[in-house]
Amino acid sequence: MQYAIRIKDFTREFGTVRAVAGLSLDVPSGIVFGFLGPNGAGKTTTIQLLLGLLEPSAGRASVLGFDTRNEADEIRARTGALLEHTGLYEHLTAEENLEFYGRIYRVPASERVARIKDLLGRMGLWERRGDRVWTWSRGMKQKLALARALLHRPPLVFLDEPTAGLDVVAATEVRSELAALTADAGTTVFLTTHNMTEAERLCSRVAVIKGGELVAIGHPDELRAGSGARVEIVGDGFAETILEKLRSQTGVVEVDLLNERLVIDLAGDVDTAPLVTLLVSSGARVQEVRRGTASLEEVFLTLMNEGEE
Amino acid sequence: MTDIKTVMWKEWLDIRRRRGSRMKTFLTVVVPFAMFALWLPWEAGVAWLNGVPSMLACFALPLMIAMVTIPDSFAGERERNTLPTLLASRLPDSAILYGKAAFTIILAWAATVIVLVAALVTYNLVHWDGQLAFYSSRVLIGDLSLSLIVAAMSVGAGVLISLRSATVQEAAQTLAAALLVPPALLGPVIAIVSTAKPEWGPKQLLAGADPNLVLLVFNGTLAFVALVLLGLAKARFQRSKLILR
Repeated sequence: MQYAIRIKDFTREFGTVRAVAGLSLDVPSGIVFGFLGPNGAGKTTTIQLLLGLLEPSAGRASVLGFDTRNEADEIRARTGALLEHTGLYEHLTAEENLEFYGRIYRVPASERVARIKDLLGRMGLWERRGDRVWTWSRGMKQKLALARALLHRPPLVFLDEPTAGLDVVAATEVRSELAALTADAGTTVFLTTHNMTEAERLCSRVAVIKGGELVAIGHPDELRAGSGARVEIVGDGFAETILEKLRSQTGVVEVDLLNERLVIDLAGDVDTAPLVTLLVSSGARVQEVRRGTASLEEVFLTLMNEGEE
Repeated sequence: MTDIKTVMWKEWLDIRRRRGSRMKTFLTVVVPFAMFALWLPWEAGVAWLNGVPSMLACFALPLMIAMVTIPDSFAGERERNTLPTLLASRLPDSAILYGKAAFTIILAWAATVIVLVAALVTYNLVHWDGQLAFYSSRVLIGDLSLSLIVAAMSVGAGVLISLRSATVQEAAQTLAAALLVPPALLGPVIAIVSTAKPEWGPKQLLAGADPNLVLLVFNGTLAFVALVLLGLAKARFQRSKLILR
């Protein structure tokens, strides 16, 4: 398997604060890789380290085969980035913004014109290409910044929370543009987000970090499966004594009563039937039983709460 | 070189597109032009063509232009959150630094040249004596070299300050202090020295000196300072230190 990014024991300290702590992970080429974590988890710092904008306090990483410590120029020449802020020159027009970055990446003039037209057209921004960017909505700016990151057809793109602060419609548009544009070109995308729906829809592999440390990595389905199952039971007569009995059963992680729905979180592949039998024999009336896996968001929340309780 | 030209192209676009207040335009364009291209040649008469007044303009004008434009170079990009994306691009450090510096130096120098030409027109219109007057070659060479060196020096200082400033205002205030305080202190210092040790006074020191040599030493000193400042700016331009936290 080819890897776009390989990180080994990456650490970055700011004074006494450890923003990234011993991070090790590999990102296969050609996929959308989700890098998930709450605010302040070290996502942005990791991107800055990978782009050579910051130096690691310890550890090493290679991006597209180049070392981040001494070959950062090569990395920046071959990647695109949409960082925390759009980085657009707001008093310039959309076309001028893309023209500037096209020149920076030495895209030949004729190809540059065609590429700008293609990208702005696909994103529905062509008609407004002559407007100064400060007159645009946040969603439009975010799409333009995405176009800028992809303008020179980089094999790897870093996207730092590309839908943060956008309304549902704008976020959905940005997501679909991102999926379409990267799928066509086979681009590797390193996407940081704390939006689990986004990660679930776009990413074929995700890593979760907390306090700068890696706490989980895998396909979203693997993470969901690994976190056990959730059973929802509709009915009545769920007395506290019955709930206590359920909590004492092997494999039962948590039992909650939410609006007359009994929600049972199970560790691993625990059988549901004995639990239902226990409920019925204890006097509860069961009308409906639904079993499913936890959502990525639930997995994420569980991971974030671990060690804090 | 292509990368430096790309950065200069963006800076040019930036300055054309940015909307400043009318007051700022008045103070940075109209006032200096009126002062150095109209009033001073009118008042100074033939001294404008042969002496100190035009040199004064060639010292002050690039300084004023640099003080207005160069604080924005890095502090402005930082304030508007465009710096991280620019630093994440393939542009080499030298292209970003020298592109921004060269643009302001050329802008300040070109503005001075325009003012010198306009002042010549003013002089000829006001003091017309039947034939076209022109700067003496010594004054012209001195003026052109002085304005270029002052532009480079103030841009070097400005870049150095702008690299580490969080805002344009902070950079502008620090640069103003750095560029204006030393000349302001020079007058009183010379007066004190002249009183205490008359033989060390400028009149005594310069008495009988070749004006060409004086100009050469003055310009040479400023050029040395400019080169040191630009060199320091290059040495301090480190991507990892430009992302402030």
